[in-house]
Amino acid sequence: MHDLAAITALGGSEPRVDTVADVTCAEVPGVALASVAARSGQEAKAQKALAKLIGVKTPDIGRFAGDPVSAFWTGPDQWMVEAPFDSHEGLAQQVKDAIGDAASVTEQTDAWTRFDLNGGRVLAVLELLCPLDVRKMAEGDAARAAIHHLGCFVLCRSPGSFSVYGPRSSAGSLHHAIVTAMKSTL
Amino acid sequence: MIIPHPLLGPRDSSEFVYLGDASLIDRPDWQAEDAAEAFHEYAYLRDNPAGEHRELWYHEGGDRSWLVVTRNTMTHEISKVELARDVARAQGRSK
Amino acid sequence: MTQVNRLSGGLIDRNSTLNFRFDNRNYTAHPGDTLASALLANDVRLIGRSFKYHRPRGVLTAGSEEPNGIVELRAGNRKEPNTRATTAEVYEGLDAQSQNRWPSLKFDALAINDRFSNFLTAGFYYKTFMWPAVFWEKLYEPIIRKAAGLGSLSMEDDPDEYDKGFLHCDLLIIGAGPAGLMAALTAGRTGSDVILADEDFALGGRLNSESFSLGDDSASDWAAATVAELSALPNVRLMPRTTVIGAFDHGIYGAVERTGDHVATLPVGKPRQILWRTYTKRALLCAGATERPIAFENNDRPGIMLASAMRTYANRFATTAAQRVAIFTNNDDGHRTASDLRAKGVKIAAVIDVRDDAPINYEFEVLKGAQVVDTKGRLGLTFVEVALADGSRRILECGALGVSGGWNPNVHLTCHHRGRPVWNDDLAAFAPGDDLPPGMTVAGAANGTLSTHGALQSGAESAAIALDLKGALPDLPKAEDAPINQTPFWYLKGCARAWLDQQNDVTVKDVKLSHQEGFRSVEHLKRYTTLGMATDQGKTSNMAGLAIMAELAGKSIPETGTTIFRPPYTPVPIGTFAGRMKGQDFHPTRLTPSHYWAKERGAVFVEVGNWLRAQWFPLPGETHWRESVDREVRQTRASVGVCDCTTLGKIDVQGTDAAAFLNKVYCNGFAKLAIGKTRYGLMLREDGMAMDDGTAARLAEDHFVVTTTTANAVNVYRHMEFVRQCLFPDMDVQLISTTEAWAQYAVAGPNSRKLLQKIVDPEFDISNDAFPFMGCGSITVCGGLRARLFRISFSGELAFEIAVPSRYGDALMRRLMQDGEEFDVVPYGTEALGVMRIEKGHAAGNELNGTTSALNLGMGRMVSKKKDSIGSTLSEREGLNEPDALMMVGIKPVNADDKITAGAHLMDASGPVDAKHDQGYVTSAAFSPSLDCHIGLAFLKNGGARQGERMRLVSPLTDVNVEVEIVSAHFVDPEGERLRA
Repeated sequence: MHDLAAITALGGSEPRVDTVADVTCAEVPGVALASVAARSGQEAKAQKALAKLIGVKTPDIGRFAGDPVSAFWTGPDQWMVEAPFDSHEGLAQQVKDAIGDAASVTEQTDAWTRFDLNGGRVLAVLELLCPLDVRKMAEGDAARAAIHHLGCFVLCRSPGSFSVYGPRSSAGSLHHAIVTAMKSTL
Repeated sequence: MIIPHPLLGPRDSSEFVYLGDASLIDRPDWQAEDAAEAFHEYAYLRDNPAGEHRELWYHEGGDRSWLVVTRNTMTHEISKVELARDVARAQGRSK
Repeated sequence: MTQVNRLSGGLIDRNSTLNFRFDNRNYTAHPGDTLASALLANDVRLIGRSFKYHRPRGVLTAGSEEPNGIVELRAGNRKEPNTRATTAEVYEGLDAQSQNRWPSLKFDALAINDRFSNFLTAGFYYKTFMWPAVFWEKLYEPIIRKAAGLGSLSMEDDPDEYDKGFLHCDLLIIGAGPAGLMAALTAGRTGSDVILADEDFALGGRLNSESFSLGDDSASDWAAATVAELSALPNVRLMPRTTVIGAFDHGIYGAVERTGDHVATLPVGKPRQILWRTYTKRALLCAGATERPIAFENNDRPGIMLASAMRTYANRFATTAAQRVAIFTNNDDGHRTASDLRAKGVKIAAVIDVRDDAPINYEFEVLKGAQVVDTKGRLGLTFVEVALADGSRRILECGALGVSGGWNPNVHLTCHHRGRPVWNDDLAAFAPGDDLPPGMTVAGAANGTLSTHGALQSGAESAAIALDLKGALPDLPKAEDAPINQTPFWYLKGCARAWLDQQNDVTVKDVKLSHQEGFRSVEHLKRYTTLGMATDQGKTSNMAGLAIMAELAGKSIPETGTTIFRPPYTPVPIGTFAGRMKGQDFHPTRLTPSHYWAKERGAVFVEVGNWLRAQWFPLPGETHWRESVDREVRQTRASVGVCDCTTLGKIDVQGTDAAAFLNKVYCNGFAKLAIGKTRYGLMLREDGMAMDDGTAARLAEDHFVVTTTTANAVNVYRHMEFVRQCLFPDMDVQLISTTEAWAQYAVAGPNSRKLLQKIVDPEFDISNDAFPFMGCGSITVCGGLRARLFRISFSGELAFEIAVPSRYGDALMRRLMQDGEEFDVVPYGTEALGVMRIEKGHAAGNELNGTTSALNLGMGRMVSKKKDSIGSTLSEREGLNEPDALMMVGIKPVNADDKITAGAHLMDASGPVDAKHDQGYVTSAAFSPSLDCHIGLAFLKNGGARQGERMRLVSPLTDVNVEVEIVSAHFVDPEGERLRA
């Protein structure tokens, strides 16, 4: 076991949690990510292997599925696989082992920072942040959206609970934008 | 503007990056007799129609698909949107 | 002063009193008042001075179309000029100042302009201040600006916050008058997602201004009850204080919600305004109509206003401009105003109706076939002079005059896609045409349906059609359904100083002058006279100007032209467009994995794109940046230095065709690159110019990691996707950015291997034999952490780049510093990085500047002719391959103390110094601690053959003129022995 200590995307040793009124924004560093892109002509095989890995049918366009290992659609024949970091730090290798040459797999764990937004008026916060019709998003929806000029993924875990993935290097700016919106509208 | 993405439905044009004329798909054969001339035309000469225009847009803030969008430059009416990859294949491009 | 002009009733809250100030005097108002209504209640008619002639002015309207009642609101850095008193809500402590007067509103020295009005007609500036040209900027313009200004700016930063947001709906209803409310009810009850936006703080539109009934309720009560029902519907979003400012492409509407303009102070973090980007399937424009004035001599005195505004002030705001008023009208609507005011106890001097067949009313005197020919009263109306039908004159004493010239539909948003309104003879006005923005329909008065019943009905029907609703429409309340009777009456014949555009001081005479001088199209009329410019954009004036021009030209109004409108509907503060994207938040900031550590070390940061990178790391006692940078370079070259290079773009390229793909995007070959090896690659644009450079490391047969420059990371990735999807769609290759995923540090210097050996786990041999120059591979560090190691060098030293998952980057940097203590390790920043790469002669962004080819960069032979790659064909063009083509060289000053600056040009040592004799230019320059003098990289004609030549380096702009020697660009270790050590 190596002896290098991790820091969160916001630079702390512990994840940051901010609450304004009834909405909470929580930094979530405990997630491992790996991208999966089907190889040419191997799309069906890749989907099948991915489905087996996440335990459910491979998510369709704009959707995510699976637990505890899940995947969300990111592009044509492309997905991002999510899993708990503590049990899956080596996720990319695990996914590669499962899918083999049917897909290209790339570690994405630290390419992203995740903030989970929860609370009764979370939609009011999101409508200040991104152009998605968040009021129409249902559990299992995943969409790409620009937040504060950052390319993000927004996942609807339930109508009052969303995950936002943004580029890790801009975690501070993204967090600032989210908390500013929370303070503005709540 | 809103671009009706063939996979994702209507998306705000602010998520896209514009490149230009869809003729950029028709990259000439480097070994052809007239390759120099053909590449010159390919790189520099474009139609600039007042009306329907087939153009390349990249969904950078989305699924990273290149799209061929048929847009009327006078009204901004978008009549057709295709995945550029499909268009390229249909035009005989391969490897 | 008490509110002497308060009337009974109204929609104000008399249980509460608000204190406010206007021109430093205290007044009182009630909640529900606008600044204009409160001033009128306090018997203040004089509110401003006109733009050019500084004539005393009061309010003309009771809404956002106001041209005159323009004030500065608030003080200090929150001061906002040019706000309309007619829409500004009074709050406790409101502070307003009149504008464009000196020293005071009642005595304005520049009112002298009015005396010279014969000279100050349209086109005056163009004709007068023509010569000499230099006087314009220094003399004329400042004087004119001061004299003919609107409000003044605080010149301080706006301290308020603004937000932007996004809304989605099935139907956006613009305007909450009878048509809008009925439409919302129709659509809302079916469960559709409806947004109902209105610029007013009270929803209801003219229903709040009228005395008639809707069914069994008063109009305002019906509006209130409807609003209450709508607000209980979860699918309806009511947005008062929200102006839809523009109709954009494909159902996108801009809406400005004024969330904080009606309160004295906002809680921290709360926005003053929100700009909503509204996406809607359908839009229903229910923007109502605006009454139009009639132009007559001296029609601009305080107290003269639109008759409908007078009615609004009386019915909604319970106030009147004076206790004795007259009405001047060409239609029945003016009579309604007289009735309403009389009912509130205001004395009616007379109703002056231009029509010979005007209706008789037994409550007040009606002067049929009569016209107001002149007015009196310096700071406020006192008398009007009326020409009676029999030609005799009569003087009427009154403090206010209501003017009604008919109604113009508010077609503004229908024009935002260049739609043209069409002339409607029945209305004698322009109504929306057929070329509306797609998805928009128009209902109610905005569509020319001027009766209340008609508005309610068209609102309901339009909503049903827009949403394709089946089933019965809601029952309509019984409402006023008067027929339209508008006969045009624009101005009095023979008048001259009769104001059309009160905001820009444009008179009937100016329009005549414009016609006389040939500026006859509406576009020319506008530019020549300024008719319809400034904050109100001619909402009350354009039509009359057009009508007069038509008459002068002997054409019909539609033949003469139409005025169309652009966004925004009403003025929007710049801050609202900026939203939160200002100052530090103008763009997102990207931090490197070692950022927090670097900050602790006191690093000086530089913005590189959105990245913040450590520029250098000053030590205590270092007073000049060069001291720090020189030390970092020397220490790195002497022992070992570490630099965060995470910002370089990293793209994961995988697939069975990955190598073939790289062969396409790089001009040099990659097919034969061995696994575990890295190669420099140069990317060309299709036109043959260099686009970007970097390295590609082959981690497996089907797996490469490509680096790009920091600045081009996004563009290169986009380009590679283009090549993959659009040019070679069947290649089996997959791309994804991994820039952020890995913290990557350059470890450079003769001791770099020794330092890394302390960190890299022992099972990985990184000796020169096992891990030679340009080697790469996956390793583990610090007891098992997955990492990547690349033996590449930008500095020219023995060097490695090591990458670990970003979350461990901070810890790895600290470990390198700790373990490197024995080697005197130094962290270095982008300056030292730049110095070392110049010393080594590596091209960077300054050289790959979009105008240079591989040949220019000294890499012409790298462009493989054995394969097709992007740019390879056009790079062979004759023009890019001339014998004297620019080639990258190094330059050194002959006198070691001389400085070299980037941007300076190379000339022959003797000979003319001019553009014609230009031989090349310097792209990068630095002080080289290794050579102890300034050095530079330059592009020089035929540079490859000119080593040893002495030339002159000049930069007239920066006063550089020194003798330099042309040398190899590889100042340090030209044989590359250090790299391979």
